[in-house]
Amino acid sequence: MNLLKFFGKKTFSHGIHPEEYKTETNTKATRRLPFAPEIIVPLAQSIGKPAKAIVYKGQHVTRGEMIAAADGFMSVPIHAPVTGTVITIDKLPVAKGGKAPAIAIKTSLDSGQVIVDSGIQQDYLQMSRQDLIKAVQNIGMVGLGGASFPTHVKMSIPEGCSIHTVLVNGCECEPFLTTDHRVMLEKIEVLLLGLRIAMKCVDAPKAIIGIENNKRDVLEAIKAYLPADQSITIEAIDTKYPQGAEKMLATALLDIEIPSRALPSEMGLAIFNVATLAQIGELLPKGQGLIERIITITGDDLEKAGNYLAPIGTPLQYILDYAGFTGEEAEVILGGPMMGIAAHSLDVPIVKGTGAILVLDSRATKRDDILPCIKCTQCLQACPIHLNPSEMGQLAAKRQYDVMETDYHLNDCFECGACSYVCPSNIPLVQYFRIAKTLNRERHLQNG
Amino acid sequence: MAKTPVKIDIRTSPYIRKAPTVSQIMRNVVYALLPLAAYSIYQFGISALVLMLATILSCLATEALFNKLADKKSTLTDFSAVITGLLLAMTLPPGFPLWMAAVAGFTAIAMGKTLFGGLGFNPFNPALVGRAFIQAAFPVSITTWTPALASNRFIEFIPSTLAVPFMKPAATAEWSTQVSIDGFTGATPLALMKFQGIFTDSSDLFLGLVAGSTGETSSLLILICGSYLIFKKMLDWRIPVAVIIGTLLTSEVFYLIDSSHYPSPAFMLFSGGLMFAAVFMASDMVASPVTPLGIFIFGCLIGFLTVIIRLFGGLTEAVMYAILFANAATPLIESYTQPRIYGARKTKS
Repeated sequence: MNLLKFFGKKTFSHGIHPEEYKTETNTKATRRLPFAPEIIVPLAQSIGKPAKAIVYKGQHVTRGEMIAAADGFMSVPIHAPVTGTVITIDKLPVAKGGKAPAIAIKTSLDSGQVIVDSGIQQDYLQMSRQDLIKAVQNIGMVGLGGASFPTHVKMSIPEGCSIHTVLVNGCECEPFLTTDHRVMLEKIEVLLLGLRIAMKCVDAPKAIIGIENNKRDVLEAIKAYLPADQSITIEAIDTKYPQGAEKMLATALLDIEIPSRALPSEMGLAIFNVATLAQIGELLPKGQGLIERIITITGDDLEKAGNYLAPIGTPLQYILDYAGFTGEEAEVILGGPMMGIAAHSLDVPIVKGTGAILVLDSRATKRDDILPCIKCTQCLQACPIHLNPSEMGQLAAKRQYDVMETDYHLNDCFECGACSYVCPSNIPLVQYFRIAKTLNRERHLQNG
Repeated sequence: MAKTPVKIDIRTSPYIRKAPTVSQIMRNVVYALLPLAAYSIYQFGISALVLMLATILSCLATEALFNKLADKKSTLTDFSAVITGLLLAMTLPPGFPLWMAAVAGFTAIAMGKTLFGGLGFNPFNPALVGRAFIQAAFPVSITTWTPALASNRFIEFIPSTLAVPFMKPAATAEWSTQVSIDGFTGATPLALMKFQGIFTDSSDLFLGLVAGSTGETSSLLILICGSYLIFKKMLDWRIPVAVIIGTLLTSEVFYLIDSSHYPSPAFMLFSGGLMFAAVFMASDMVASPVTPLGIFIFGCLIGFLTVIIRLFGGLTEAVMYAILFANAATPLIESYTQPRIYGARKTKS
């Protein structure tokens, strides 16, 4: 680390440099995806408790109207992405696998799809911190970078912590993804407004926007809008995966190490994704709910790859048809190629946390044999947390999941997948770690 | 809009991965060893060539045999057995009887690798296991050195090469003096130092113009070949560097104590198989630690043990034993050198 700093590099230690594959879509301006004839809105779209449906089957809903209410503090409401009729409230296929409660809406294609007037006009400058945080919850905001953590919970800083800097995450380190890139070019004013709202919510005097240095155009574009008082600055840091992880961002920008299993707030930081802030800036003043988001549709065999403003709940089949998928067999991934989820069915809808639809064909079908670990140390040199994936992989093969947790810091792994990416023996390391974590959790539950 | 029937495929992330694969790494190690093999053929002639073929074939045959016995899929394509064979041949005297070389190859793969579970599970460097075995089994042949650049090396085998199995090989001393260009003594630089107190010039050692094992003589060429692998990120530079540091520091201490009695650090570095061992033997990925600090300790330990064994031991094959000892210590070293993770909290002070 010190050596990297010595050479004046803004980065973290370890990590990988996967091929970027971003040129296919990064210059394409965002376009609106048409409304699918049927929209599926899962009730659990964020970490925490699922929302509670407040509509009934057969009810007519207007676009932007709340259709499911927050169930307590660790929960956010959900709003109707389209004007139409509720056709069912039942368990439907979701991205994480299996089925989960969701509201299916039949879109009224002749309704004009005008967003319902919330009747709210709110100026963040006139509002108290508590009211602002409540307002963020009311618009159903969650982290749009992928983790889907309720934003208002993140903004509620624990007692005893004071935030000195807001970090804005514009790294977008996953290959293929260009949604954040487009947001930072097309939505600068609402992004900065959202940032000011967030700064007020966490009571932070300054903010740094961190982008990877493969997005130079963003650097110039945003600089023109920054205030003269240096309260908000922007910095280009090394392009490296997983630079967009919160811990890696804090290290690269400020050389702050967030302790194991601590929240960034313990170190005086609050970290928000650019797309999240842009949506707050756009929706909060009008009190509108989060009903659509920008996604990158990219990958193999697509005629219309690009960045699209898509209604939440649009099913994958509709997206593939619209984007002109010409292949026959593919892996359809919600998110990036490093941490995304492969859909088990094309009936699965996109949710608030879905940043991309990635279609992979040839690479997906090719599977190499798994060979024994040859202790080449590539994974140790890739792991941003400095874990020992080699040893953990061997323990996992022996099903010694408890030792992985007690002696090898399994729970510090945030599953970036860098270890699996570099493994010459093709060992599914991070996949093993996920299994180990799940089984450990179950064991702890059983043992009380 | 017509629905496209699409077959979907499901895995868990990540969905992309980087070359190289294990067999690509192994193949590149073979490529890196080829210039050394060529140079040794230039130095020692056809005897070196058939010696290498003998060990490689023996290693491959043994691997195939054990695959069959264990009912395993063929692992020959991963090239690791070829590396073991090549490495083994490089450490043998050029006129080493072929049948003994075949025994060495068998021992290396059988005892050093497959019995432990094959690739990835060998606690020791298999080539060195093979060599350690024949060191004990055939002590005379393995210390019988023939001169480099013998006049008839491309048309005639060294007499001992074609020894009949289980028979005593032909003596080479007379032959050696006949073909040698400059009064060959039959002693390697380390033997000269150990038993006669003569120090060979370091620059001769560096270029490999001395008697010695088939592929270990030219430090310069070894470094060039090693650099290729380091450049391709298929060899961990930290291991050779640590071995060199360990060797230099330990020998420097003795050199400072008594420079007339103990050899210079440069001599230590460039003599015997040290450079070859540091670059190609110690760096066997499987038998060396994976932790950053562990790698450094492992390398330094090899350097330290080598110097101690060379100066005070009864034999000259110090590096081999040093590496085998360090291999044995690898699990212990690893257990004490787990890396500090990002964000680790300070332990109770």
